[in-house]
Amino acid sequence: MNEVRIKVIDRREFLVTSGAAIAALTALTSGALARETKDPTKLLQEITGGAAPTEGKVKLEMPEIAENGATVPVKVSVDSPMTDKDYCESVTLIATKNPSVYVCAFKFTPDSGKAWVSTRIRMAQTQEVWAVAKMSDGKFYIGKTTVKVTIGGCGG
Amino acid sequence: MFRKRYRMGGIALSALGTLVMAGVFTLGAGGASACEECKGKYEVDGKKSGYLYSTPATQAIQDDDFTNPGFLWVERGRQLWAKKEGEANKSCKDCHGEPEKLRGVFPTYPKFDPKTKKLINIEQRINRCRTEQMKAKAWKWESDELLSMTTLVGYVSRGMPVNVKVDGPAKPFFEKGKAFYFQRRGQLDMACKHCHIDFPGQYIRADLLSEGRAGGAFPLYRLKWQKLGSLHRRFRGCNKQVRAKPYKAGSDEYVNLELYVKWRSNGLPVEVPAVRR
Amino acid sequence: MAKARVKVPKKAKKGEIITIKTLIKHKMQRATKDKKTGKPIPRNIIHTFEAKFNGKPFLIGEWDTGVSANPYCAFTHRVNESGEYEFVWKDDAGQTYTAKAKIEVA
Repeated sequence: MNEVRIKVIDRREFLVTSGAAIAALTALTSGALARETKDPTKLLQEITGGAAPTEGKVKLEMPEIAENGATVPVKVSVDSPMTDKDYCESVTLIATKNPSVYVCAFKFTPDSGKAWVSTRIRMAQTQEVWAVAKMSDGKFYIGKTTVKVTIGGCGG
Repeated sequence: MFRKRYRMGGIALSALGTLVMAGVFTLGAGGASACEECKGKYEVDGKKSGYLYSTPATQAIQDDDFTNPGFLWVERGRQLWAKKEGEANKSCKDCHGEPEKLRGVFPTYPKFDPKTKKLINIEQRINRCRTEQMKAKAWKWESDELLSMTTLVGYVSRGMPVNVKVDGPAKPFFEKGKAFYFQRRGQLDMACKHCHIDFPGQYIRADLLSEGRAGGAFPLYRLKWQKLGSLHRRFRGCNKQVRAKPYKAGSDEYVNLELYVKWRSNGLPVEVPAVRR
Repeated sequence: MAKARVKVPKKAKKGEIITIKTLIKHKMQRATKDKKTGKPIPRNIIHTFEAKFNGKPFLIGEWDTGVSANPYCAFTHRVNESGEYEFVWKDDAGQTYTAKAKIEVA
């Protein structure tokens, strides 16, 4: 009960420990941080190790219209019992048309109680946002939503 | 070009009672999204706070004192309140006690100052305390310190109606502020009133225009600025948008304008720190 | 200097899942250039957020430039015992900010 279930690991270590498919990708990208990518599909593949995530289980709540892209509220929840045997390990937010598509990731433990987080993100333009959940059984789920970002006017 | 379209639009508006403007102003749904309860709070005598021109997502950030980032400045204000400074080695607390003692002060500023024979606003009043009572340096306009203290002083009057006096010795300054509000300026040749009296509730490009009754809201956390800012910063922004040369924050012109804008907000509640897009 | 605000309930029942809210004043500066001088402004964002209970991390945030300035983060925790929370924010400038809060299990 006292074991620490999560630790901060760097991207390289993560890639190395995430299986052969990723190892191949690591070679391709020479270990560069996937975070820097502008390609959401590539980032998604790096996260899942090439596996296609299943749609569902992930609920992504964002306003349909964001008055300003600088501060857009987001709530993510993943349907998971959050027990020691079956829990959501992490959720990653991807803004598909941001200059840097990786926004943030949250790592959970069964002690989190729920795989739920509420934060605020920057959005450069109208786009689709993805939330990718990794479960303790190694499966991946994805939730998507589109946010319209209003630009122009008398911003002042 | 803009001017021409604008004027044409004005004619169309008066003639048809509908908006047929070349995409400059379009009809919006001002305040339609707010809950009934909020409407009562933020609409007084037909005057609507900018809160009612915000989307539910933005309103929600303001509604919860914890999600509202403006409170980071309120807390910083509390720290500064107790900090002894200047040659007199005094803090705000030494004279005033708890900040809550100043409840009721914020809604009455700007007011006529017999000493300088012109208006003084709340930021200037805070700085006067610093230079005269504390013998400390005045804080710079838009500095984190001045914003924090102004926000704290505003916050302790939250919920009270804005209540500025525009008669007596303040009258000539009120008239100057009013004249500013109606004076066309900049390359776009627009006055404050063209947006905020003539077209609130309608869109100017992507932005929904409010009634500009900002008296109870500033200093506020603006999503665009990603920080808290003063009413004079907003004035400067508006002036720049019509491509006019903005005045300095804290200038007589803007303090007079502030009195007029606050008078337009008389009766609306102090919301400091409000949250807007 | 307290730059952070945290909201944790003072009391909870054993096994209860509580909501924790956190807010910190930070520019979340992206790497850019000064508009006037053209001088580069280095990236300075909070890249890691950690929530611990009695010394044990239960939530970690790995943030990038897409997180808004003055980051707000709310999350949950299942409380099984009384104890102390510690919240840690780390930025690119090497600064670490911490906030603590206690909870009592009745």
